[in-house]
Amino acid sequence: MDRPIRVLIAKPGLDGHDRGAKLIARSLRDAGMEVIYTGLRQTPEQIVAAAIQEDVDVVGMSILSGAHNHLLPKIVDMLKEQGADDVLIIAGGVIPEDDIPGLKEAGVDAVFTPGTSTKDTAEFVKNNVKRK
Amino acid sequence: MEKLIEKMLTGDKRSCARLITKVENDEDEARQIIKKIHKYTGNARVIGITGPPGAGKSTLTDKLVRLLLNEGKKVAIIAVDPTSPYSGGSILGDRIRMQDLALEANVFIRSLGTRGYLGGLSRSTKDVVKVLDAYGADYIFIETVGVGQSEVDIIKTADTILMVMVPGLGDDIQSIKAGIMEIGDIFAINKADLFGAERTATEINMMLDLGQNIERRPPVKLVCAREKQGINELLDELKGHIKYLEDTGKLRERRYRNTKVEILEMIEEHLRRIVIGYTDKDDKLDIRVNEILDKDKNIYQVIDEFLSVINK
Repeated sequence: MDRPIRVLIAKPGLDGHDRGAKLIARSLRDAGMEVIYTGLRQTPEQIVAAAIQEDVDVVGMSILSGAHNHLLPKIVDMLKEQGADDVLIIAGGVIPEDDIPGLKEAGVDAVFTPGTSTKDTAEFVKNNVKRK
Repeated sequence: MEKLIEKMLTGDKRSCARLITKVENDEDEARQIIKKIHKYTGNARVIGITGPPGAGKSTLTDKLVRLLLNEGKKVAIIAVDPTSPYSGGSILGDRIRMQDLALEANVFIRSLGTRGYLGGLSRSTKDVVKVLDAYGADYIFIETVGVGQSEVDIIKTADTILMVMVPGLGDDIQSIKAGIMEIGDIFAINKADLFGAERTATEINMMLDLGQNIERRPPVKLVCAREKQGINELLDELKGHIKYLEDTGKLRERRYRNTKVEILEMIEEHLRRIVIGYTDKDDKLDIRVNEILDKDKNIYQVIDEFLSVINK
């Protein structure tokens, strides 16, 4: 692929900590990607609207509030409804190991928990983008 | 692609977004798309928003667009942010200031990286404008990257230019320098609640009054975007300028000038590519550079050789 990968980094829900999201945004930028950063306190509707209009390859969501089981599957479903079923969906933040299988089943392609190196995340994105 | 265009013309956002991606990434597809949508373009009024980083361009755009939505208008926003010269990546963060707009049925927002272009826009911005024009936007706002003194590409793309300034960026000499201060059709002094706003307005007014053969003296408005102060008046000025362009035939004049420049730039780009295609083959460029450094050849001999590919 000779075009830059486009990634939306968003923070769904109500927690107000975005250092992790900014770190990921920055490291994907340094890996040569175009990162659309939409900031704090996004509703699923806002995230999906941005993903559609920006025509991104990847939606990455950082969530620390504990509402991941509720918000992430909802966003996956809404993207599918809009025909954006070829978007790679990744999540990061404070997400218990036990919840990860359920999220994957719901359509989240990968979950990166604290301690993941930013290089690994960028590599994963590069190797798994679904659209050519 | 036919199908995407068809759906985009009926106002489908996803098709519009996909077409923009194609136009941005693939020269051949861009060409096909622009050919097909050309007859649907020319209806939107294109407003360029420019000014230094952090002046409040995104926030001001957000507030202006909100007012246009209340009038039932369809609005598109192109927000350009810089691409890293090192990694080729970018952080496109203008949407942060436009959170609620994205949900409006009549708004389409797209962020673009400059991808190596230095004039404040990206190479494909003009083509993205065309797609959004055909999509049916009444107004297209182009927000440039935060500019310094000479990023004036926006005049080649927009009908009306709003220059957003803030207090505290230097003395009155800055305002009489050539470059971005010359291209504004309207000046907004944002963050007017900050100390020095009146003075900045006065300095810009004085600069504008020094202009002798100015067709229409740009108005200077004090606004405070975050507090929604002065936005109505600013929108009136924008509309006033658009009406002026229409009534005096200047709209056609500007678009004539811009199309001419666009043609010449496209030819330039095409020729550049032919020559680069030749110099890149068999390391010719590297070999010739060494020959110049070793005094085997001089620079003009080499240039003549390279240009001979288009002189044929």
